[in-house]
Amino acid sequence: MTLDTSIKKVLVIGSGPIVIGQAAEFDYSGTQACRALREEGIETILINSNPATIMTDKDIADKVYIEPLTVEFAEKIIAKERPDSVIAGMGGQTGLNLTVELYDKGILDKYNVKVIGTSVDSIKKGEDRELFKKTMNEIGEPIVDSEIVTDLDEGKEAAVRIGYPVIIRPAYTLGGSGGGIAGNENELTEILTKGLQLSMNKQVLIEKSIKGWKEIEYEVMRDKNGTCIAICNMENFDPVGVHTGDSIVVAPSQTLSDVEYQMLRTASIKIIDAIGIEGGCNVQLALNPDNFEYVVIEINPRVSRSSALASKATGYPIAKVAAKIALGYTLDEIKNSVTEKTYAAFEPSLDYVVLKIPKWPFDKFFYADRILGTKMMATGEVMAIGNNFEAALLKAVRSLEIKQYNLYSNKAAGKSISELKAIIQNPDDERLFYIAELIRRGYRIDRIAELTKIDEFFLHKISNIVNEEEKLRKIKIELLDDKWLKKLKKIGFSDRGIADLIGSGPNDIYNLRMKFNIKAVYKMVDTCSGEFEAISPYYYSTYDEYDEVQTSDKKKILVIGSGPIRIGQGVEFDYCSVHCIFALQKCGVETIIINNNPETVSTDFDIADKLYFEPLTEEDVLNIVEKEHPDGVILQFGGQTAIKLANFFKEKNIPILGTNPEQIDAAEDREKFDAILESLNIKRPIGKAVLNLNDGIKAADQVGYPVLVRPSYVLGGQGMEVTYTREELVTYLENAFKSSKNPVLIDKYLVGREIEVDAICDGEDILIPGIMEHLERAGIHSGDSIAIYPPKNLSSYTKLKLEEITKKIAKSLKSIGMINIQFVEYKDELYVIEVNPRSSRTVPYISKVTKVPMIELATRVMLGEKLKDMRYGTGLYKESSLTAVKVPVFSTQKLTGVEVSLGPEMKSTGEVLGIGRTYFEALYKGFIAAGLKIPDKSKKILATIRDADKENFKELAFKLNMLGYKIVATKNTAKHLNNAGIKAEVVNKVTEKTPNIIDFIKNGEIGLVIDIPTKANNSGTDGFKIRRTSVEASINVLTSLDTVAALVEVMESGISDGDGEADIYNISLGSHSGR
Amino acid sequence: MKGKLILENGIMFEGNCFGKISDTVGEVVFNTGMTGYQEILTDPSYYGQIVSMTYPLIGNYGINTDDSQSDSPKVRGFIIRERCLEPNNFRCEFNLDMYLKKNNIMAIEGIDTRHLTKVIRNAGTMKGLITTNNIEREDINKYFADFSNKSAVKEVTIKKIKTLGEGEQHVGILDFGIKNNIVNSFLYKGCKITIFPAFTAADKILNYKLDGIFLSNGPGDPSDLPEIIDNVKILIDKMPVTGICLGVQLIALALGCETTKMKFGHRGCNHPVKDLKTAKVTITSQNHGYMIKESSLTEDIEITHVNINDGTIEGIKHKYLPVMGVQYHPEACPGPHDSNIIFDDFMNMYKGAK
Repeated sequence: MTLDTSIKKVLVIGSGPIVIGQAAEFDYSGTQACRALREEGIETILINSNPATIMTDKDIADKVYIEPLTVEFAEKIIAKERPDSVIAGMGGQTGLNLTVELYDKGILDKYNVKVIGTSVDSIKKGEDRELFKKTMNEIGEPIVDSEIVTDLDEGKEAAVRIGYPVIIRPAYTLGGSGGGIAGNENELTEILTKGLQLSMNKQVLIEKSIKGWKEIEYEVMRDKNGTCIAICNMENFDPVGVHTGDSIVVAPSQTLSDVEYQMLRTASIKIIDAIGIEGGCNVQLALNPDNFEYVVIEINPRVSRSSALASKATGYPIAKVAAKIALGYTLDEIKNSVTEKTYAAFEPSLDYVVLKIPKWPFDKFFYADRILGTKMMATGEVMAIGNNFEAALLKAVRSLEIKQYNLYSNKAAGKSISELKAIIQNPDDERLFYIAELIRRGYRIDRIAELTKIDEFFLHKISNIVNEEEKLRKIKIELLDDKWLKKLKKIGFSDRGIADLIGSGPNDIYNLRMKFNIKAVYKMVDTCSGEFEAISPYYYSTYDEYDEVQTSDKKKILVIGSGPIRIGQGVEFDYCSVHCIFALQKCGVETIIINNNPETVSTDFDIADKLYFEPLTEEDVLNIVEKEHPDGVILQFGGQTAIKLANFFKEKNIPILGTNPEQIDAAEDREKFDAILESLNIKRPIGKAVLNLNDGIKAADQVGYPVLVRPSYVLGGQGMEVTYTREELVTYLENAFKSSKNPVLIDKYLVGREIEVDAICDGEDILIPGIMEHLERAGIHSGDSIAIYPPKNLSSYTKLKLEEITKKIAKSLKSIGMINIQFVEYKDELYVIEVNPRSSRTVPYISKVTKVPMIELATRVMLGEKLKDMRYGTGLYKESSLTAVKVPVFSTQKLTGVEVSLGPEMKSTGEVLGIGRTYFEALYKGFIAAGLKIPDKSKKILATIRDADKENFKELAFKLNMLGYKIVATKNTAKHLNNAGIKAEVVNKVTEKTPNIIDFIKNGEIGLVIDIPTKANNSGTDGFKIRRTSVEASINVLTSLDTVAALVEVMESGISDGDGEADIYNISLGSHSGR
Repeated sequence: MKGKLILENGIMFEGNCFGKISDTVGEVVFNTGMTGYQEILTDPSYYGQIVSMTYPLIGNYGINTDDSQSDSPKVRGFIIRERCLEPNNFRCEFNLDMYLKKNNIMAIEGIDTRHLTKVIRNAGTMKGLITTNNIEREDINKYFADFSNKSAVKEVTIKKIKTLGEGEQHVGILDFGIKNNIVNSFLYKGCKITIFPAFTAADKILNYKLDGIFLSNGPGDPSDLPEIIDNVKILIDKMPVTGICLGVQLIALALGCETTKMKFGHRGCNHPVKDLKTAKVTITSQNHGYMIKESSLTEDIEITHVNINDGTIEGIKHKYLPVMGVQYHPEACPGPHDSNIIFDDFMNMYKGAK
């Protein structure tokens, strides 16, 4: 054994909030790493600001600090805990950067902390552009040729040296504007001239264009002995030009011969050997499709999104093995936990095809620019496994929850050939369907390959699917015979996908399948293609003859996962699913999970007793139910993805644990729910559904402005809005009725205090672990507002009322398990806005700060236990002595064209938690953790305030002045402030002459933007431009005065003057014994 | 065309035959490599065997004229799950079906290859028949009884002595069914090589004033080759001897050790081999169904490499004589090139003997 015995206490750094580019995969890898460390008896100290994670559980690490991921806070933890080592590569780029910073500032040295795993020097060799270039040159590995030029002639010379086509990238322009690809000198002259003008320092990078090359990735590992292995290689369906995070990815590579495969594998191994990786590393390469030429694009000397995908694709636990390597083990000493007979020193062999499709947020961000490029925009991803390409593709498509069950898209069918040709050359999230449509029209495959550079191999596979679809579209169900149906199932068609094409119902196809006895069988993911006996309980479906699943006759429960990470349904739900499994296991129940998200802990093969990596559609879930015959199914923890299966389960008489489907429906159906509230004498904001403009105006007049409007069926883009005037309402309604005949709901909009409650109910009693108060007034989606626990401004009477109403609703809905209720307190009255008969996104955070194991209790309740018999009591649980403030985190910077200002539609991708002894301490830490830095006093604060709020802003502006900040404002705002005796400098509007407001933002004088817009989502307005320019320049933008007020309060409290004031708190401590 | 794979133990798989439609019998083995079907098809070590690929999609990049490991496919039959009808690669010159047809190889697709793998894993390698006919059980048994692979090396070895390359060292190669890339690996090291037919007498070889001899890979059971073992015994006394795969097994037999048949062998590109001197593990390409029996090693022999998965011998050397060999395939093709360095060890041994 070569365990380094000097390692006794390890600091693990997490990746912080979920943002685009850094999602749940690091909860998965971090959790796996922590578990691997603890397995060795190593004390683990965890720091992560993201409370919605499994890794921040007291059971995962010995000491858990939900603290900002900054040098200051990390140092405090190091000083207090005195770990002997830190592991860098588990927390994504955030973790890596923080480790390097701690090292560079001498903090690791000061406290004698060594970096285990890949060293800081090696990290730098991999991350620093120049060092990496140097290393690659030394070992003779090709990288993309590039030169920096400062004038046109230099540029022309460079382009000749590098060879056309070249990419022109001006330095320091926002969002990469001013660049382009030049295929010859004329094009170069045109683009470069513009680029040189735009670049702030007149520098332009001329780079060899490898657009259209195959993009191939290798996940490689190395131990201290220099043993190197390639876990998995992956081929991007989309060639170079689309970020790999936005590409459809296949594992293993499909179009490489052994010569190419080994050439790139050898390069990858040579690179990690030269860099000196000790752990995992991702190597991205581009391969010329016409010869053996290749270049190394970049490496990630850590676990990554790709390594999570590779782990799930192969069954090889990369993070776990990387953690063991960091402890000193070599690959041949680490057991392969899938076979338990072989060792980690081998390369997985796959006997199936894995396909990943990104999940993009464009359903939420209708106005976003959806053209895919080098900047990642996906929030999550789905993975599917099949034993042919077609099956993996169709499974992945239906996992996306975009209402596509085959490749036939109405939207694509409505386009002309020339439109389709144009779209596929500028890929967006729906390119797959446009390609399918072109093939459907008989367009030549080789020409599509020419236009897109997508390998013909993949296009032929799509063509195979399209051919079957076209045949199906022409027939009636009677013609679907045994042989054909079996073939369709083998290549991944779903019953629904077939039914939609022939115009029948999925049940008809299901019945036909039963008649022909065509049933799914399950195969194992075992890392070794069946060569060795495996014990991993990890399965996927096929339509072969032989099934590998052995079912037990133990009591077993199926847990439905939550699918891909998206806005509104994030890692929180995975937390819930995993805890449900843990709770069931504690109760001695066999657990089965179904999920399709490769980034998550729930799809780690050693979490549940059985893992089915399958789409979460009705059919795919039913197949597993019919195979396993579980005693019950749990839907409450899988977000909307799981809840929407409730009615189907009811139809099929599948037992659901917890709140039953009728009651779920009652909570979600507006009319039924209104009736319930009325019978219970509980208030909700009055409202009405209207079908035309006039009724709408009447309804709004009745309830009084402002009103909250939303379509009863949400269609793209036409989301929720608050309208303050009849004029705004008319605009909204005109738009809404233009595109749809569905009713629009008009509700009285109460500008009150939003309150949120998560409760556990057993049918008789309820337990409310904690009440959360939202900092921003109603009107901002609960997921986007700052939530404070315990509530700061609620009277004991209100709290009692909350408890009472929650109990009434829960009992009347016969809730068993979790329920989430959102209230508005308006003029001392409580109104119910929304009830979710399931676990919500606040559960992980409240569980952690109250130390009530909410999911465990809810699960046990669903199994029949009563709250009064458990040791946490009933009613409202005692309040914690610490305050915890949840602050949302946004990725709008990465989504071109997306509105920044907050409203009733959720926009945040993640959240952080600030914990403190006082409210200000917690809030301050929440701000810091969310990246909302206290602005530097040398910078100015830019304010543009809508008329309705100008008066309210005065006091805040005065305070900001007093705190020493200079305010710049547009003419009207400035005038208003000046009249009140508050100093404010006037800045030209966007449309006025330069230097105007946009120049101010760009030239770095502004430290914070306060922009309270009248109306959002209109990209034509000045406000929109100001907000976009600011976020793209990484300047924080606040769009609610409540948030501004909170920030001002924090600054006034003085806690922000020195970090010395803010303490750190180990949340794994403390009693769990209830009241 | 509809066809079946019938195994010796009676298990039958139905599928569709392609390539040259003509019943074929052989020893059914599986290979877990995800790429390299062309190299596998043309590797003479598979002579007499029907190879099943565990990776389900085969033929994706077609067949080219560069990657073959011998002049033609050597397998007795080919079993896959799905064949690619529209291969694509800049070097794709044939599609799989046409290539097999032209080379008279029977293949079957649509087989649950994972299940087949598990059958072989559990019951061990066995004979199989791919047929498009309805054959009576008795006749099937006769097919199996008549099958023998004892003359495999004779079938695949070079017919005439051939000399290639230029260099200071002159290495003799005994060809039992050598893969092209072994020849290329020696040529790449800058030596002159002379390739001898497998049954060339030792005296004749000694006439060539060689710096050493190399025993190649090849098909079948090494203990079926007593004549060759006797030749090797003579050569070992006179000059450095190295070997790969069947070659190292013959070295072991010539040194008085034994070899034994494995349950289902090692065939794939992911086999971890530990160099006991450096403790470094290398991922290797492998293709063997026999192995050196560890308990039979004589005192003069040292184990240099072992397989991490099952502890089997992957490399040996003689403690006193310049004799060494490896069980895995450092020449790769298909598979990782990480262990290519072993050719330097071979060359050093040849140089040292001078």
